[in-house]
Amino acid sequence: MSVLVFVEGLNGEIKKSSLEAASYGSQVAQAMGTTATAVAIGDVHEEALAKLGEQGITKVLYDADDRLKQFVADAYVKVIATAAQQESAKVLVFSNSNIGAAVGSKLAVRLNGSLATNVTELPKMDGGNFIVTRGVFSGKAFADVNLTSDVKIIAVKKNSTDIISNAGSTASVEKLSADLAESDFAAAPKETVMQETDGGVLLPEAEIVVSGGRGMKGPENWHLIEELARELGAATACSKPVSDIGWRPHHEHVGQTGITVSPNLYIAAGISGAIQHLAGVNSSKVIVVINKDPEAPFFKAADYGIVGDALEVLPKLIEAAKALDK
Amino acid sequence: MKILVCISNVPDTTSKINFTGDNKEFDKNGVQYVINPWDEYALTRAIELKEAKGGSVTVLNVGEADAEPNIRKALAIGADDAIRVNAHPKDAYFVAQQITAVAKEGGYDMILMGKESIDYNGFQVHNMVGEMMGIPSVTPAFKLDMVDDSTARLEREIEGGKEVVEVKLPFVASAQQPMCEPRIPNMRGIMTARTKPLKVVEPAGGEAKSEYVNYSKPEKKSGVKLIDVENAGELIKLLRNEAKVL
Repeated sequence: MSVLVFVEGLNGEIKKSSLEAASYGSQVAQAMGTTATAVAIGDVHEEALAKLGEQGITKVLYDADDRLKQFVADAYVKVIATAAQQESAKVLVFSNSNIGAAVGSKLAVRLNGSLATNVTELPKMDGGNFIVTRGVFSGKAFADVNLTSDVKIIAVKKNSTDIISNAGSTASVEKLSADLAESDFAAAPKETVMQETDGGVLLPEAEIVVSGGRGMKGPENWHLIEELARELGAATACSKPVSDIGWRPHHEHVGQTGITVSPNLYIAAGISGAIQHLAGVNSSKVIVVINKDPEAPFFKAADYGIVGDALEVLPKLIEAAKALDK
Repeated sequence: MKILVCISNVPDTTSKINFTGDNKEFDKNGVQYVINPWDEYALTRAIELKEAKGGSVTVLNVGEADAEPNIRKALAIGADDAIRVNAHPKDAYFVAQQITAVAKEGGYDMILMGKESIDYNGFQVHNMVGEMMGIPSVTPAFKLDMVDDSTARLEREIEGGKEVVEVKLPFVASAQQPMCEPRIPNMRGIMTARTKPLKVVEPAGGEAKSEYVNYSKPEKKSGVKLIDVENAGELIKLLRNEAKVL
């Protein structure tokens, strides 16, 4: 009756968001008086899997099938369902990623379970209830949801759980082999194209984000955003108008109809802070706003602010960031 | 080609969110409702495909009568007919069951919707419908084209990249930008929408698997600390020593 956590790999390592899911899962297991097992698929080193012991995982089931190095929803669902059955898992934990939430939704149907995505807190279990808190109304509110089925599936919002680190603990790694059929690969991707990050940080996984708006005055000034991001180990992002006019690619657009981010630090340069933009960033732990208009609504949602032209302020921040001990 | 587009009726993106009845219910007072912005991408792309390839676009809403103005708006944008399943959308699982029942009955080639609703942010329904129907679900897609009469080519976003997927009809997909430029209704569309069929059907049973028991709002920020532009570099020190985020 263990808790089962699905962990995603990237270039052989386990994604940060999956380390968070593992930490969440092992805490749920502890509260339920059981153990947490992880299931991993595809491109992950076995050493990285054993290290999940540090997040409180006891055992890892690993399906190394080469065909699963890319994401194939139906095949992933079958592997995880096999693991869930083997472990008699009643609670399944995912990262609220495009992959985790997709697989979780399909498993909710296949295992007849209750699903909550975008979950921000550990469950409250009492009197037969299993209540989780999830983000709703695009970051403007939270809802407490009681998961009423026997099987509960949780997709944990990124950067909302601290990663547990019991140095030296290791998990046992066992092979898992699901009975995959040709039909499980019917919607397999023909091609997977990863973005060139130039060694930079991926936006959905970033702990620090530096974001620019129309106040940057043009794409030719984006080197300032990029340079500050590089100094701080941050990902870059932009507002909707900026991606709409083509200064930056759509996958960098943060906001209600773009990506929702919840980094530890969000730095907004030349973004006024329309309510739709705030919806995508307001669960960031610390918000910094740089805008020449002191009346910009973003200042109301900010922790730190500088009233000034982004093009003049950013070089000063870059200089100060270079002077920091890294 | 028969396309089913599922739309939800959501508070306008600029709405102030409040709760009523001891924080147990969303306060609809003074809130304007719109077609979920993500669903608009699905709707417009469906209409573009119909214009290019022929066929029909049916819009489906699982909701109460107050959703009808926005269902009419979808008809005005260019859908041919509409179905409303007369039920409060209790949770994603319940909604997915209603969509599945309608989709099975209608025999659609393609079931499209937005990647999530901006009110409940589930990102669940499309994959549940795919699983319930036993057909592929490709989500979230930002590009959708037909390769030939029975095959579609989609590009979907994954963290840090994209996947190109080719699937046979029928399939489910969820839409996000930049799939197309969402259309707004023109006067002729608004006039013709009045007489387009809008069928109301009762829910096909089905259960919810979760209960919303309480709502809350994030804590307000205590106020912004302003740093003088001349000493902008000071900010970096504050972020390290005071906020401890660097």
